Amino acid sequence: MPGPVAKSPLSIQDLDQFIYGSTPNPVHCRRGVEIGTGTVVPEINFTLPPIEINESTWSEIQGIYRETIDSICQRAVALEVPSFLVEFETLPPMTVNPDWGVDITRILVETLDRYHDQYGLKGALRLTPNDNRDHERPPLMRRGRYWEKMVELFERGVAEGADMLAIESTGGKEVCDDALMTGDLKTVVFALGVLSPRDMEFLWKEMVRACGQGETIPSGDTACGFANTAMALADQNLISRVFAAIVRVLSVPRNLVAYEVGALGPSKDCAYEGPYVKAITGVPISMEGKTSACAHLTHMGNIAQAVCDCWSNESVQAVRLLSASAPIAYLEQLAYDCRLMNTASAHSSEDAIRLRDWLVESDASLDPQAYVLRPDVVLRISKEIVEEETPYGQVRRAAQCTFQELKRANENGLLHLPKREQKWLNRLEPVIQELPESEADLIEEMLPNLDRSRFLPEEYGLSV
Amino acid sequence: MVDKKALYQAILEGDANQSKSLAEEAVKEGVDPKSLLDESMIPAMDEVGRLFESDEYFVPELLIAARAMRSALEVIKPLLAETGAKPVGSVAIGTVKGDLHDIGKNLVAAMLEGGGFEIVDLGVDADPALFVSAVKEKGVNVVALSALLTTTMPGMKKVIEELESAGVRGQTKVMVGGAPVTQRFAEEIGADGYSASATGAVALARQFIGAA
Repeated sequence: MPGPVAKSPLSIQDLDQFIYGSTPNPVHCRRGVEIGTGTVVPEINFTLPPIEINESTWSEIQGIYRETIDSICQRAVALEVPSFLVEFETLPPMTVNPDWGVDITRILVETLDRYHDQYGLKGALRLTPNDNRDHERPPLMRRGRYWEKMVELFERGVAEGADMLAIESTGGKEVCDDALMTGDLKTVVFALGVLSPRDMEFLWKEMVRACGQGETIPSGDTACGFANTAMALADQNLISRVFAAIVRVLSVPRNLVAYEVGALGPSKDCAYEGPYVKAITGVPISMEGKTSACAHLTHMGNIAQAVCDCWSNESVQAVRLLSASAPIAYLEQLAYDCRLMNTASAHSSEDAIRLRDWLVESDASLDPQAYVLRPDVVLRISKEIVEEETPYGQVRRAAQCTFQELKRANENGLLHLPKREQKWLNRLEPVIQELPESEADLIEEMLPNLDRSRFLPEEYGLSV
Repeated sequence: MVDKKALYQAILEGDANQSKSLAEEAVKEGVDPKSLLDESMIPAMDEVGRLFESDEYFVPELLIAARAMRSALEVIKPLLAETGAKPVGSVAIGTVKGDLHDIGKNLVAAMLEGGGFEIVDLGVDADPALFVSAVKEKGVNVVALSALLTTTMPGMKKVIEELESAGVRGQTKVMVGGAPVTQRFAEEIGADGYSASATGAVALARQFIGAA
């Protein structure tokens, strides 16, 4: 299991210092890209339109990536974007067959280099191999062909010149998925507090090692498969938003493990839990909100922007819109959002804080998932989280604190919860109160009840 | 005498222990299992569906109710078979080849089961041949296909093509769903229907078999 985490004060303790664009531990990349040094940097991500990925379509696919990145760079030059990130998040066949993932990485790196040489454009590439380990059921987390191909792509992506390496890791997801659907918070706690941190430690040590073979920055992770699944389900009214908000905060400790073993940031864009990561570790974070409506809907469109260091669109299909191809249109939106934030900061810190607070106020009372991203709430809960010494202890404490924050906000009228959401708040209270203090007790209770055809304890270093 | 209303209520509230014991009690008393199914259990799940549709229930309440339904169903299933009663219909459901997303698929399966359908769950990353076998060997009335990725949507068309090649396309209806899937896409690939929601999928399946 991950070793005890040394108690440490928050990296950011003062609300006035908890602001977009600036963070105590900024990141510096090739081509002069800096993240967290005072300005917000747009991060554009795009994916393929509906197309099969196979040998016969590969040349066409390379063409789509080549044309899209070229158009993105052209637009960045035209808009005088000071610096920007491109995220290449592989599709499953591109990780299963690392040659394909490397092909696209090369196209992107070469294009960024060319525009840097010709126009001085400051661009950096974040390579995010997708986590294919759950392609086998039960997932093999530390061995097998899917894992080996992932490691191969980590290493070859580094050799190819990717500026950053990231992932949306899935350790514990095989247990969490059903628990989200049945509203089973205790099992979610087991997934996020016991399984996921163990996997994060294993996975991120490997990613940090791979990055060390070149000049690639081990950037960050996201609880996409957990908290964003909950967010998407809540958005469709399938599960409670109170439940999803608590799951969001429970996903923080697993992410912290990546930074404890060497990740430097920025965190992944879809990690809406990023503000907690920033407050605790001081690494820069990437966020997405209204600009990611192309990929998924959200109730955190403005508040997600409040303390971001990179501002992203999550992912958009390379399809033609009236203006241009969608990735170019989204780069433009991101660039203008960043320009506004950076202009406010350039005027004065009071102006930056005013803009931050408008972004916060416009969302916070309308949804519990937005409420838990309020910078003051983030600092209060983060302060409690760092009091605990183990990921499980942190998750348990996060559950207790988040519940109390939401309950108080509802009672004080700071949050408007409809009746059926209040019912869920009441329903979750005893579950949270009864979470065992000892991780060993929870493991002992959970393991016999979990379906071994879907989950292998030994893949997490747990003995049966 | 077992109160059929109590069984209805137990399912509505998702009390699996209660629904099971009430079903067992009813069986002991010789209550017609078909009447339990038609008068208590399916109406209870219909009401659960209504509460879900009207935003009073979330999925967890719905799944817990489906679990209670299943507990009672397991008790009466052998008796239903003896009387020759059949499920409303049968559905082979799966996420298509290359796609591992199963939350939406599982939700639709639970709702269909609650609606009285027999489910043949083919899981995720399901090969088209599995759907063909389900039609050929199990005689399913409906094939339900799920995909969450734009890059795996073409897998739906492949299933339909395989059903055609195997000469069984006419024996089953095909419905499709998933975040990137649209009615237009369903029409383009020759599916019989599309649903944007789990409850819509149940209504569509009922329509397919003429039970709407």
